[in-house]
Amino acid sequence: MVSVDGTDIPGSLIRVRHLNKQYRRGSETIDVLQGLNLDVGAGEFVAFMGPSGSGKTTLLNLLGGLDVPTSGSVTVDGDEITSMSARRLSSWRARHVGFIFQMYNLIPVLTAAQNVELPLLLTRLGAARRRQQVATALALVGLSDRAKHYPRQLSGGQEQRVAIARAIVADPTFLLCDEPTGDLDRKSGDEILDLLSALSRDHGKTVLIVTHDPRAAERADVVLHLDKGVLVHDPATEPVA
Amino acid sequence: MRFLPLILRNFRRKKTRTILTVGSIAVALFLYGLLVTIDSALSAGVDVAGADRLVVRNRISLILPLPLSYQERLRQIPHCIEVTHASWFGGNYQDPRNFFPQFAIDTETWRKVFPEFAVPDDQWQAFVDDREGAISGRGTAERFGWKVGDRIPLQAPIWGGTWEFNLRGIYDGTRPGDDTSVMWLHWKYLDERRPWGKGVIGWYTIRIDDPANAVEVAEAADARFANSPFETSTETEKAFATGFARQIGNIRLLVVSIGAVVMFTLLLVTGATMASAVRERVPELGVLKTVGFADTGVLALVLAESVLLALVGGGLGLGLAKLFTLRGDPTGGMLPVFFLGGQRIALGLALAVAVGLLAGAAPAVGAMRLRIVDALRRV
Repeated sequence: MVSVDGTDIPGSLIRVRHLNKQYRRGSETIDVLQGLNLDVGAGEFVAFMGPSGSGKTTLLNLLGGLDVPTSGSVTVDGDEITSMSARRLSSWRARHVGFIFQMYNLIPVLTAAQNVELPLLLTRLGAARRRQQVATALALVGLSDRAKHYPRQLSGGQEQRVAIARAIVADPTFLLCDEPTGDLDRKSGDEILDLLSALSRDHGKTVLIVTHDPRAAERADVVLHLDKGVLVHDPATEPVA
Repeated sequence: MRFLPLILRNFRRKKTRTILTVGSIAVALFLYGLLVTIDSALSAGVDVAGADRLVVRNRISLILPLPLSYQERLRQIPHCIEVTHASWFGGNYQDPRNFFPQFAIDTETWRKVFPEFAVPDDQWQAFVDDREGAISGRGTAERFGWKVGDRIPLQAPIWGGTWEFNLRGIYDGTRPGDDTSVMWLHWKYLDERRPWGKGVIGWYTIRIDDPANAVEVAEAADARFANSPFETSTETEKAFATGFARQIGNIRLLVVSIGAVVMFTLLLVTGATMASAVRERVPELGVLKTVGFADTGVLALVLAESVLLALVGGGLGLGLAKLFTLRGDPTGGMLPVFFLGGQRIALGLALAVAVGLLAGAAPAVGAMRLRIVDALRRV
């Protein structure tokens, strides 16, 4: 269930109300998001599309608690993250959000397994349990045999799969993906999209993806367009609200 | 501990830079180790001076003598347990450059006043029984390869001619800072053979019952010989040793000045390294924050890295300095107690930690304040 007109959807996982984000560039004020509303139910695969500079990444950052809005609220699973302190927000991110970036953003001096383990270092899990969860996550993305490889020893597609393993290893509430196929060839991009679809379909993960790629949008349950700072449904997809 | 691998991995990013920085810190702490060793060597007497001992010397100068008759009169002062005396012999072994101190001592009282010097009883007795006998500190004995029974000839520029002594024993210090470079001779033999200055000694050392009575005893001693041809100046052994060390200048000020310059330079080197390490890693710090590391957690990681870097370099430098000092006095006798103690090593490590914290502070605060969206934009 996805809504963009501010209508409350009972039991929605993500609820965004009257979200505004302004940037200042010199003396000029740029309104990126203007009173944006959004409701997303658990387990949905939602794609955000729009031209460059339309505010897709800004929206994703606000949903993930990486940035703060000028006004409005973001509530996830009952927690209003826009009123949280920086420290509480860090802890919330560790428990609830898995991030996947266009440039993978792996730490080059850590192996694939150590990169995947990073979010678990903040938990109380012991070393053995952490190793077990890392192995499971790497197996899920099909990279068990690359655990000890460094990012420079992996292809782009493999690096992105390691990033996905890192995003899911702590079993977050939802995944935020910023152009996850933007730096990949078609074949690798399809593999990543297959993986994200499987995570949503088979594991019930809520996936929010920002993309320019129509093939990525095709995998989504719902495609939303950012237009003049608000979200609108793609006419080709069925709005459910 | 779970974050240690993450910190250690960062050292491998730019191995040359890490090696150079660790090397700089190691050199600085090596220098610190040598400086404090020299300082403690020069003030060794101060550090090991007995709190319950007073030194009585000629008021005009240490090189002027005091009459032997003062010994009994000093003994009569309340709180005085024992009085011994010593005189400078000033001999050379084979070559004037082979400097080491020789004291002509009162064998009847010496060990009662200086119990910290350990010498086997049979060797001591052999020394007492032989007027030409001598006991050497282990440092000097090892330096010249002497063993008990050797005949040691000393040229005596003060008294004239060559004096030969029989080495009857070797003493050890019971504490790390004890001076084992001195040779003990019989004062009676010196007094008997010297052509002039008979019946006088160099200085007295009084052992008192309680350090709290030091001032009272010192005042009583000096009052007893006031207005005599040989007025005295009595002070604690520590004050005496400090004054002696100051005769060659304010070494501590010199050491502190050089050390401060070295540490400041080190601060700049380590600070520049950490600043550039953090600058290169901004997107990664953004990733750490994204996955849930708190701002303070990132601050702690950068500080820990800086401190670890300084500790590795500091440990290496201090280790090398310790190894260097284990070889003993490199000056051939000028610094008999050439010893880098545990306390000074601990202080060096504390300095390294302080440098690490200070050098890492600005980059760490910068990393802490970094906004995630700004950091990720730099990918």
